[in-house]
Amino acid sequence: MDTLLTDDIRAWIGRSDAPQTIEVTRRDIIKYALASEQSLPRYLNGDEAPPMFLFGADRPLTALAELGPDGLRQDNLLPPLPLKRVMAGGVKQRYQRAIVPGDVLHITRTVSDIFEKQGGSGPLIFVVYDIEVRDAAGALVMQETQTRIIR
Amino acid sequence: MPTFDTLTVGTELPSRSHTASNVSLFLYNAAIWNPHRIHYDENYTREVEKHPGIVIDGPLQGDWLTQVVTRWLQDDGELLEFEYSNRRASYLGDRLTASGRIVALDAARREASLDLAITDESGHITTPGHALVRLRR
Repeated sequence: MDTLLTDDIRAWIGRSDAPQTIEVTRRDIIKYALASEQSLPRYLNGDEAPPMFLFGADRPLTALAELGPDGLRQDNLLPPLPLKRVMAGGVKQRYQRAIVPGDVLHITRTVSDIFEKQGGSGPLIFVVYDIEVRDAAGALVMQETQTRIIR
Repeated sequence: MPTFDTLTVGTELPSRSHTASNVSLFLYNAAIWNPHRIHYDENYTREVEKHPGIVIDGPLQGDWLTQVVTRWLQDDGELLEFEYSNRRASYLGDRLTASGRIVALDAARREASLDLAITDESGHITTPGHALVRLRR
């Protein structure tokens, strides 16, 4: 089978982008909890972040002028690919503890795999990220594997 | 209020349906700082990205799967692991049902494995998922 994945693309496996540091606020948790239709008081009161809270909270904040025509920012940790349309693929998370207001979290992201598959409507490229979230003391809070599909 | 001894393999967790609106999707994407136009700009979504309508975020469906688990557990256990995979797109107006079922139990660890799914009105599973939880008692 012809491959879309050149050596230049595969060389991105193992690369990381600049670590993010975020401060978790009660107000941010409450916004997320309301918008995602949570029902437990500890989320709605902002005492604890829902499990998927970090999916948005770790998104880099970008100047409007840097957003592309689709609205998305250029991701510095996505290699130039022959396919362009990016879709959410899936997520696997392992939690060590809950995230609470006041947490200062350090988040690192590394490309752990790039592979291709033949989909029903053409080739698909999968880019897999390993994301590690640690607290201010360096203790692990969450590990995540995130997959993006490019078609 | 689940305790480990009351659990049996095959038991369904209470399900819940979600019908996202323009307003709820806007607030969700604002909360996660997601400016992708397929979640609010209908002309762009149809004409450029060729979707039949405004796209419901995949991670929001993942979140709804976690809620099947957290609503059932309340304060009686903790979520250890969670995964989901977005298999089919869903669009504004779709009524999506989040459900879950116990598929395995580990008495030594007081852990339960759960299969989770978002199902659309035609019965297609748009987002399968899996969770591992530990009961307090």
